[in-house]
Amino acid sequence: MYLGRVIGTVVATIKYTGLEGYRLLVVEPLRADGSSAGEPHVAIDATQAGVGERVMCVASREAALACDVTFVPVDAAVVGIVDDVQVGEGAP
Amino acid sequence: MRLARVTGTVVCTIRHPAYEGRRLLLCELLTPEGDPTGVEEIAVDHAQAGVGDRVLILQEGNGIRQVLGKDAGPIRDLIVGVVDLISYDREGAAGAAGAAGGGR
Repeated sequence: MYLGRVIGTVVATIKYTGLEGYRLLVVEPLRADGSSAGEPHVAIDATQAGVGERVMCVASREAALACDVTFVPVDAAVVGIVDDVQVGEGAP
Repeated sequence: MRLARVTGTVVCTIRHPAYEGRRLLLCELLTPEGDPTGVEEIAVDHAQAGVGDRVLILQEGNGIRQVLGKDAGPIRDLIVGVVDLISYDREGAAGAAGAAGGGR
């Protein structure tokens, strides 16, 4: 899994069967210090995240397991809204 | 599996139910020499690892479902060990392979 920031949304009316009802978000991978960690990509939303929020994403086959129908063509999903990242020895 | 250093913790209140009751640790992948690669991953802890520990991260869904059960859900990174020691000599190993006829 990796940190990301939601930077936009995508609307696709015609989607693969099983993906109806899911929002599509544009996510930019992040490092803990807030710098970019890769190219923005589209991820399916499993947590009702909004634009600007810091999120946890999962990639590859496991992303599809975040959907109700788990045999769907999805390779990135937002699976958590990040409240806090504690870095360093002070972290619990 | 990949070597990594635990650098921090991640807190998500709103999350997929698969993460309920699981500890999320921020990890930075390491080279076998122990140098940070700059690549960060969030991993679910399954080895009571703490910040600063060198750990082993499993990054394969089927293996993770073997550990957490078949309903593990969208979890792709699982800490399955705390590393005590890495004994590593790339050049020495290459030499030994060469002496043995270059086989694996």
